[in-house]
Amino acid sequence: MIRGGFLSRLWDHDLAWSFRRSPVTVVAAALTLACVGAAALSPWLSPQDPFNPAALDLNAAFKPPAWLEGGDPAFVLGTDNQGRDILSTIMHGARISLGIGMASVLFALVLGVSLGLLSGYFGGRLDAVIMRIADVQLSFPAILIALLIDGVARVALAGERHEEIAIPVLVLSIGFAGWVQYARTVRGSTLVERGKEYVQAARVVGRRPLSILLAHVLPNVMGPVLVITTIHIATAIITEATLSFLGVGVPPTQPSLGTLIRVGNEFLYSGEWWITVFPGAALIVLVLSVNLLGDWLRDALNPKLR
Amino acid sequence: MLLLRLESVSRDFDVSRPWLNRVIEREPRRSLRAVDRVDLEVQRGETLALVGESGCGKSTVARLIVGLYAPTEGRVEFHGRRMQMIFQDPYASLNPRWRVRDIVAEPIRILNLESKNSVEGRVSELLVQVGLSADDGEKYPHEFSGGQRQRISIARALAGEPDLLVCDEPTSALDVSVQAQILNLMTELQQRLGLTYVFISHNLAVVSQVADRVGVMYLGRVVELAAAAELFSRPRHPYTRMLLDAVPDLQMSGKARTPVAGEVPNPLDPPAGCTFHPRCPHAWERCRRERPFPVNAVACHAVEEGRI
Amino acid sequence: MILEVNDLRVEFPTRRGTLVALDSIDFHIRPGEVLGVVGESGAGKSITGMAVIGLLEPPGRVAGGEVRLEGRRIDNLPHEEMRKVRGRKIGVVFQDPLTSLNPLYSVGQQLVETITTHLPLNRSQARSRALQLLAEVGIPGAEARFEHYPHQFSAGMRQRVVIALAIAAEPALIIADEPTTALDVSIQAQIIALLKRLAQERGTAVMLITHDMGVIAETSQRVAVMYAGRIVEIGPVRDVIHAPRHPYTVGLMGSIPRIASQRTRLVQIEGAMPRLNAIPRGCAFHPRCPRRFGRCLAERPELLPAGASEAACWLHAPAAA
Repeated sequence: MIRGGFLSRLWDHDLAWSFRRSPVTVVAAALTLACVGAAALSPWLSPQDPFNPAALDLNAAFKPPAWLEGGDPAFVLGTDNQGRDILSTIMHGARISLGIGMASVLFALVLGVSLGLLSGYFGGRLDAVIMRIADVQLSFPAILIALLIDGVARVALAGERHEEIAIPVLVLSIGFAGWVQYARTVRGSTLVERGKEYVQAARVVGRRPLSILLAHVLPNVMGPVLVITTIHIATAIITEATLSFLGVGVPPTQPSLGTLIRVGNEFLYSGEWWITVFPGAALIVLVLSVNLLGDWLRDALNPKLR
Repeated sequence: MLLLRLESVSRDFDVSRPWLNRVIEREPRRSLRAVDRVDLEVQRGETLALVGESGCGKSTVARLIVGLYAPTEGRVEFHGRRMQMIFQDPYASLNPRWRVRDIVAEPIRILNLESKNSVEGRVSELLVQVGLSADDGEKYPHEFSGGQRQRISIARALAGEPDLLVCDEPTSALDVSVQAQILNLMTELQQRLGLTYVFISHNLAVVSQVADRVGVMYLGRVVELAAAAELFSRPRHPYTRMLLDAVPDLQMSGKARTPVAGEVPNPLDPPAGCTFHPRCPHAWERCRRERPFPVNAVACHAVEEGRI
Repeated sequence: MILEVNDLRVEFPTRRGTLVALDSIDFHIRPGEVLGVVGESGAGKSITGMAVIGLLEPPGRVAGGEVRLEGRRIDNLPHEEMRKVRGRKIGVVFQDPLTSLNPLYSVGQQLVETITTHLPLNRSQARSRALQLLAEVGIPGAEARFEHYPHQFSAGMRQRVVIALAIAAEPALIIADEPTTALDVSIQAQIIALLKRLAQERGTAVMLITHDMGVIAETSQRVAVMYAGRIVEIGPVRDVIHAPRHPYTVGLMGSIPRIASQRTRLVQIEGAMPRLNAIPRGCAFHPRCPRRFGRCLAERPELLPAGASEAACWLHAPAAA
């Protein structure tokens, strides 16, 4: 009974109503869910394990997609130069892309929201310092910052050591590139909330400042953060894909969609177009649906934000 | 018995322009004296009201009393155990993300006034005491009207078991019939629980309903302090008279009223001497030079000299 | 008769059903008369003002009845027509003087623009008229202040400028929506004296919307008391204030604190005004009324004669019925 009540209230909620009204958003959400689901469950769902050398058969190399002449139904989207099933590589690649995307967003969120809260609530020198760092960082393109951090890490930790921690470094570098937007938005909202009487009431009662920040202010400034997060996921995925495409992202043993696109590029002009096009299409679909979802969320939440 | 004393309390705010602008445009630092050497005493069990128009410093005094601001000069002496505060805006004084029961329970938890098990019971008791029901604890603030939210604020304040309750314009944002409910409630609670109130308001009629003693403030200074009955029947300071004259006459007695002169000056640049002198019909030389200090609780040269 | 409102009905269609914000409102205002419209929040007084000047926020719309200005119907005019009427025949004074004036133009510029838009005067004629207006609303040193921007005026002075703008085109009707609520009490007294004087001198009809009965006592000849989208009592100000006929007005007057030498318990009306989506059947006030009886729960009362006023209350029904 409680279940039914909660779910029906959710369905009736303004957000859900706005969601149902927009076919684009419903499709985008469905696609995102499909992509995420396929990516997350790829070790179990993919027809083949493409990165296990033992499972590969060189005879199956360069097979075109199943609906073209010479295709094989076992390899729906064709195979690459080593006989790897493209669909499987896409699923595994998407897993890596999404994984890195979400992890870096999480990092940026935690860092940005914390700094924004502290900056907005305590003001003064702390605020000035944090905001100046943010301003300086904003004058660099995000990719450049990620490249910088990644490059430094590469030089500092040569060889296999780098291989091991490549992905965490990548997550950190994309994360560091993106914290500023969270911090600025949260700082603005915190400034507003700080002046409200319920915060003053908590101070009169004797609650400590950090406790007020976490218990009172944080829940009220999270709204805009949600919107930024969804859009940031898309950006993070693209950033990772770009870095991998440039060859400075994930190591080749764990290819992401970006790596796949790069590798497949070599075969584009010799006729095996599917090796690069399908990973590219997958990236587009993923990023586009996440973006559209984020767009809808921003618009739907807007009257409340105002 | 003396519960609260403010001794020569002043509060300045730094309203200088940002450092870069000051350096480039060669401007000095500017400070605003919101409260200027105020002396007040509050006895246990009474209601002291502070009235004045916008910018007179009454809200700042409220915040100085509860400690939200520290005095730039002077001292605040509190001889009780705890104080709580009720705010003006019923929509901003409750955290919209918290349930009412957590809002009311907060002081109990922070001040450790009850054991864990009895917190819920105490919250229900408080909600009933302010005229709500115990189930209202489950709801969120946005489900209540302005008047009901003020009741929740009062419940929260009472949860802290205060000796002194500072109320900053608690009914100014409410409709008049709801205001009546809240004022009646506050009076009733005072009698029942032996509370002491410091009541801030710009509305003289409301103040006359609730106050035992009234302090009139103008540009950060207390210009007159008297028992309510005295103040409203025999106001002495020219500003108090002007203020009473300006209140719209519901009786429509048609009595002649002295037209009100001028406007409140910019607090950043107050007039010299007695800050009221530009608008005062009784001002003369001395008033322009010398600041009047309270004599018999009225800060006015003309009164002291027996001219009015 | 300058303004006649007959059987006005304003609705807000929402996805959960239609909300009736105003339900059969009738009143009129004569030249030179100030009609106070008083009520608490949610009673519909601001919506009445907005409906008269045709500025209802969509999806709100006039769903019935009519509004006549100097005999001519204005509620069904196309946008362009209404815009001309609004500037020329109706002047508006809103609550917040800071947002009523454009901060980017000087006060003089805004006045001149309004005058030249609605009156056949050239710029220099408009300018001298503007100076005259500023002096008339009590702004000292009008010549010098002509070039000043709104932020350079105090709140009270700004409201005077807004009033000057409202009367600039010589309107037949002024609608003032809470004109003094944001002002200090000493300034408030000055502004209401100004409004009253202007109405008398120019023969303008004034609709003064406010929640403050004291302001109405000082300025108005007649007053309409609104509750839940209806007028529950309307009559001469003295009668309504000193001898209210509707139980809501009685409760309202009793709950207003007055400066008295003794502290008395204020009359309180239990409960709260119903929300628009929960207006009771019959008389909207009956759940809170200490004098309700059978008929009140079933039938909605019309405005019935009660002494010198009219009250929408079955207590005043003719004895025979």
